[in-house]
Amino acid sequence: MDFSILTDNFDTYMTGFFNTIKISLIGLVCSFILGAIVAVFRIAPLRILNFIGACFVEFIRNIPLILIAFFFYNGLVAFHINLSGFVAGTMALTIYTASFIAEAIRAGIQSVDKGQMEAARSSGLTYIQTMGYIILPQAIKIVIPPLGNQFLNLVKNSSILGVFAGLDLMYYADSIHEKTFDTFNTYIFVGVFYLVLTIPLSLLVGYLERRLAKTE
Amino acid sequence: MDFIGAYTPGNLSYLLKGLLVTLEVAVISIVLSFIIGSLLGVLRYAKIPLLSKVIAVLVETIRNLPLLLILFFTFFALPEVGIKLEIVTAAIAGLTLFESAMIAEIVRGGLVSIGKGQIEAGRSSGLSYTQTMWHIILPQALKRMIPPLVSQFISLLKDTSLAVVITLPELLHNARGIYNGGNYKIVFPILLLTAIIYFLINYSLSLLARALEKRLDTDRKQGTGLRKIRQNQKQSRPIPESF
Repeated sequence: MDFSILTDNFDTYMTGFFNTIKISLIGLVCSFILGAIVAVFRIAPLRILNFIGACFVEFIRNIPLILIAFFFYNGLVAFHINLSGFVAGTMALTIYTASFIAEAIRAGIQSVDKGQMEAARSSGLTYIQTMGYIILPQAIKIVIPPLGNQFLNLVKNSSILGVFAGLDLMYYADSIHEKTFDTFNTYIFVGVFYLVLTIPLSLLVGYLERRLAKTE
Repeated sequence: MDFIGAYTPGNLSYLLKGLLVTLEVAVISIVLSFIIGSLLGVLRYAKIPLLSKVIAVLVETIRNLPLLLILFFTFFALPEVGIKLEIVTAAIAGLTLFESAMIAEIVRGGLVSIGKGQIEAGRSSGLSYTQTMWHIILPQALKRMIPPLVSQFISLLKDTSLAVVITLPELLHNARGIYNGGNYKIVFPILLLTAIIYFLINYSLSLLARALEKRLDTDRKQGTGLRKIRQNQKQSRPIPESF
């Protein structure tokens, strides 16, 4: 390993590193909101909403992320919408991750026993009150570990922004590579930077999963 | 948008050619990573001193790296240290490396989920360790592994599209090849068709997985009676207002 590449280009690495964190956080917040909305669609007592939610989840989950990104980057040009790589990539990440988060939230809500809903409804709470006070607080415990997992995937998936000049770690790595012409060493350090983010996350997710398994 | 101009026989056959490469790479990688991943998962589970630790570190490192980076590495970086791979080989190598680590975790998770009491009971009944594993633990674990394994295979199929960065002539690469000519009117139709192709393959795979899961779901067989009663209740519940 050639550490001079790391020390010479430390600032460039750091810019990319922090941008990757930024993209991941934006993606997490947006995809959580979108995912929660889709999950509500899927469990709402209205058939047409269930169907729309299911279509979104099944379609997006089964196509590659990078294809969605190409759609935003190249496909919208015909509609006279030109998005930068950063925006197109982040939107693709958001939509893709939202479909997985929606499934996680739905599974969490549906894992709460049906009797809970019936009991609360019979005590006179409305559907929304029951959701807010009875079902969601119990579901959140079950939803958190898979959500952490999705965030971990989101951090790794954010690397596709490099393909679209999306200003993330992979993109800046490319600019370092243009200077050094040393692919091997340049990308070894990129890997280390990703691990700095993902290993603690994956340990945390593992801990949360074990804790959940214990309380069950 | 120009749907007619996009779906010419030439373009369609070019997409089909890409699809075949995608399927070829995906199938080879699935088979290889299933074999390697199972082996790594079992070895890590078996708690062999040192070896299991080394495998754990390896699996965790690879699992936590972006696949895109691994593909970059196998194609662009390895030649610098004297390992030159063809595009297809580099794609298969990168995919197999990454997915093996994912599958190793699934296999180990499945094995760990079978209670220790099962091993103890098997061993006390006079079975050897290998016999206990083979006849008691593995059949139960396998059943639990199937759903996550299939969804991993689906993500592998999707992930082959990342090989677009190393110019593997797969489905997405060919789709881009068609519209990169400059006619922006055909970009959307071509990408839509590509998405539908991916969707049809992956969705049918996931339906297959669900059917398989239902058939293997012997754990909950006792519950079907109750479930049936519940379903009957549900059906009889809506009483027409005219009554």
